[in-house]
Amino acid sequence: MTKGHHPSTATRRPDRAALFIAAVLAAIAGLIFWDVSRLAGAAGYSQVGPTTVPYAIACCLLGLAIWTAFEAFRGDFPERERQEVGPVIWIVAGLAAQMLLLNVAGFSIATGILFALTARGFGKRKLWFSLPLGIVLCFVVWVIFAKLLQLSLPAGPLERLFF
Amino acid sequence: MATFDFLLQGLLVAAQPMNLLYALIGVTLGTAVGVLPGIGPALTVALLLPVTYRLDPGGSLIMFAGIYYGGMYGGSTTSILLNTPGESSSIVTALEGNKMARAGRGGPALATAAIGSFVAGLIATLGLAFIAPYIVKLALVFGPREYFALMVLAFVTVSSAFGDSTLRGLTSLFVGLGLAVIGIDQLTGQARLSFGVPELLDGIEVTTLAVAMFAIGETLFIAAQGDKGPDKVEAVRGSIWMSANDWARSWKAWLRGTFIGFPIGAMPAGGAEIGTFLSYATEKRLTKHPEEFGNGAIEGVAGPEAANNASAAGTLVPLLTLGLPTTATAAIMLAGFQQYGLQPGPLLFATNPQLVWGLIASLLIANFMLLVLNLPLIGLWVKLLTIPKPWLYAGILLFATLGTIGANPSVYELGMLLAFGLLGYAMRVFGYPIAPVVVGLILGPLAEQQLRRALAISQGDYSVLITSPIAAVLLLIAAAALIVPLILRARGRGEVLSQLAASED
Repeated sequence: MTKGHHPSTATRRPDRAALFIAAVLAAIAGLIFWDVSRLAGAAGYSQVGPTTVPYAIACCLLGLAIWTAFEAFRGDFPERERQEVGPVIWIVAGLAAQMLLLNVAGFSIATGILFALTARGFGKRKLWFSLPLGIVLCFVVWVIFAKLLQLSLPAGPLERLFF
Repeated sequence: MATFDFLLQGLLVAAQPMNLLYALIGVTLGTAVGVLPGIGPALTVALLLPVTYRLDPGGSLIMFAGIYYGGMYGGSTTSILLNTPGESSSIVTALEGNKMARAGRGGPALATAAIGSFVAGLIATLGLAFIAPYIVKLALVFGPREYFALMVLAFVTVSSAFGDSTLRGLTSLFVGLGLAVIGIDQLTGQARLSFGVPELLDGIEVTTLAVAMFAIGETLFIAAQGDKGPDKVEAVRGSIWMSANDWARSWKAWLRGTFIGFPIGAMPAGGAEIGTFLSYATEKRLTKHPEEFGNGAIEGVAGPEAANNASAAGTLVPLLTLGLPTTATAAIMLAGFQQYGLQPGPLLFATNPQLVWGLIASLLIANFMLLVLNLPLIGLWVKLLTIPKPWLYAGILLFATLGTIGANPSVYELGMLLAFGLLGYAMRVFGYPIAPVVVGLILGPLAEQQLRRALAISQGDYSVLITSPIAAVLLLIAAAALIVPLILRARGRGEVLSQLAASED
């Protein structure tokens, strides 16, 4: 899948980003072919089995990849607006930090960091203010959802201090 | 009058104090989240799904109905006061509504939107109640091949009939279908595309995908646009009440909007947008004050807003009677049903009539609550609109991840959230629609099951798919919905279609 970030290079043709998308689509199609070929022979007496639909989807993806490449050469893809990379990195860093810290530091601290880094991505530079704010807010949310609505949100040192 | 009896029973279910409370919480949360700029009904429903995890199915679906209608109401407030519609079906409302707000007539604009939504919601929900039993009867003669044809039609209309590119719509759809294959095959139990990763055996959660694509993708996209200064919120000045003249100009527009919107929503064609555009065009043609259009004509708010809500209720017709979601919002609602092991469709009306009719009745109740809640609380909603962007989006991500953690507190699930968020961001940058991915993911396995059943019955003979007249007609319509827009676009008539784009974020 087209993870990551492609700044606008739309003026040149062929459109490189679109060609890249075509390649990714073809790669996904290849991946499906490769995986499903292991299941061959599993089709029942009707020749219709777990492989039928994945094969059809892979064929369509391959067709779409060719079509995308075709449009890329014709320059049919729409103009893209300029994307700022900085804010995206801040927010992705926040999500990654939350993911890694969740089970160690607990919900409030991990999500508080996400909160502060997202606000940073949108231009709130004062982390010494937004970080404590985020952690307090997330703690309140944790109390409401984990204690009142009984959702299983991981507890960390902060939560254990109070409950 | 079986329908009437069922509806009355449903009202009894919905009027139990606990269910009333659930509906009230639902509409309040739905409106509050729906009002936030950049959040449409699809994301509202996806974000609030975890709130309902611990309730019983009945209560949870009733709360859901409230969230759905509340989210629709909230969206109109945003577009009138902020001119940044949270959903494409509110674009038209913003056209005239924001002009009215700037001219100091924000109050009447909000009032006509709220009352129009109420009228439309009332008529359309009653329409749903009366039509549903007939479609259920029709659906009972449907075999696997007819269902498959119907789903193909839904795939085509959701992905490529509207919007600005057949290619990108179909690509989104097939990405969704590809993701749907991951996991254990429901008919044979074989693991497909799981690459030995145990977490992939269960497949990909629809709610995780929807939250990632709509909430995280949108947040990244907005952040990447850089700081463009704060949006201007129009204050509500003067009276919020409509004058006699406003009433006289609104009521016909409400009714016309309802009768345009409901059938369009009820067809498996997806999207509330088309109805709102048609209603706007109709009002513009019929008005006695053509000079006001473009400068804040009240009919231009009343009609489309009614059409918007009527088709939202219309969308529930295929969802409840056939199990067929035609919008991203409906797809997430289907996921909500599935978490209780309920599969909407004709059988649900037979096996669980209390639940279905309780849901329909609580839509009526939610509609009343919204009318009572919305106008007096307008000041509160306006305050929500003025939350600065950094805190707003930080909060959106907080709740987006909260839902995922609540459903499955694992590092792996958050990783999926991040990966699909980046995918959603990249798709936005390149102009790919989001809704087809979500619909493809949830409808893909159902379509595959029907297809394989049909082929198993025919012992692998593919011609069986087109030898039933109903299936053949449905597939023909689907082919037309795929090919006609292609020709229109090739001839340079594509603008009309891209205006009708079904991109609800």
